[in-house]
Amino acid sequence: MTAESPGGGYGRALDLITRVRGVRGAMLVSADDGIVVAEQLMEGIKGPALAALAASLTTRLRRAMEAAGVGVSLFWHLQAEQGALLVVPAVSGILVVAVAEPDVNVGLVRLELLRGAEAVA
Amino acid sequence: MADDVKALSSQLAQDPDSLVFLRLGEALRHKGQLDAAYRVAVTGLERHPHLADAHDLYARILADKHDYERAFDEWDMALRIAPAHVGALKGLAFLYFKIGDVQQAAAHLEAAQQAAPDDPGVAQALALARGGATEVERAADPAAEAEPATVQESLAPAAQPLEEARVFAGLEGAEEGLLLLDGSGRVLGGALKDSAGQDVTDAVAAYLAGVSHEAARTAKLLGLGDWSGLAAEGKLGHVHLTSPSADALLLVVRDRAVPMGRLAIIAQRAAAAARRWLEEQG
Repeated sequence: MTAESPGGGYGRALDLITRVRGVRGAMLVSADDGIVVAEQLMEGIKGPALAALAASLTTRLRRAMEAAGVGVSLFWHLQAEQGALLVVPAVSGILVVAVAEPDVNVGLVRLELLRGAEAVA
Repeated sequence: MADDVKALSSQLAQDPDSLVFLRLGEALRHKGQLDAAYRVAVTGLERHPHLADAHDLYARILADKHDYERAFDEWDMALRIAPAHVGALKGLAFLYFKIGDVQQAAAHLEAAQQAAPDDPGVAQALALARGGATEVERAADPAAEAEPATVQESLAPAAQPLEEARVFAGLEGAEEGLLLLDGSGRVLGGALKDSAGQDVTDAVAAYLAGVSHEAARTAKLLGLGDWSGLAAEGKLGHVHLTSPSADALLLVVRDRAVPMGRLAIIAQRAAAAARRWLEEQG
């Protein structure tokens, strides 16, 4: 697993997430511009591209959810055949992102992402 | 009608879990075969206990049998499952008129009108409510048979046929919490309303255009294979997106009282209905 900008609260927040069994990596992303703020990802995961797509999907979802009247997005989860992407938008404008195996405990990752979001807020 | 019953019975026999029991029960009810309709509704309810339309059908049959107390319970249950269920609101309005509570009846009709502002039956019943209780009772009576055509049009529980052409016919939230789009964001079926009852279908559809493509790109980038769903938790409600076919996107929206896991089950059922409908459209 590679680590960039691991220092301070950001590193601790990512540590808590990547310790969950089945999590392949975690990162912090600027929601506005889709740029990586910090990351702890397994080899082979393209952090910058993932950050851009996660930010873009978050923006689309936020607009759709606000239009639907369900308020701002607190957590979202993309399920796929061989894994999952889980995202919590923090109030600071940073997205806390995890990439996980398909059999990961989603509830546990969600909790750690929410803790991570509090830590970076 | 006999052919309808035969065809629907055959469909139900082939797929006992399908929602065709709603149409079969209604067809039998219209034919006056209340005992047969009753059996179909009860069996359907056993398989789909959380389906508001199933409770609504059962309540109409009970009302036809003059079992108003149990009909009340069933319509009440339908409303607990789907608070804006127009059939249940109109059914309860009818029952309140029966017992002389015009105020409650009018309140339920007003709620029905909020949920279905274009329903002429609700508008007529509400107008009649302001004119006289007797007429309204006739308008809403699911068992009435001899009323004039104009009043019959306004009766709610009795004359609310399930439209076979609708994508989500018979599904909970079909007109306020389910939406089917094509790849470009064009609405194929269903509708969305916000908590104030405002139609937000087009606005949400516009924002969702391209989401399917972007979800697929993200899953591919991460080597995750095909995406199967996207669940999101909002401050006031939850949404679930899935792709029932390569070029379609299904959105399910519910308030926060509906857990995410249950939302996924609702989405699976709606996706199955959408796939069937898309196949029928060719």
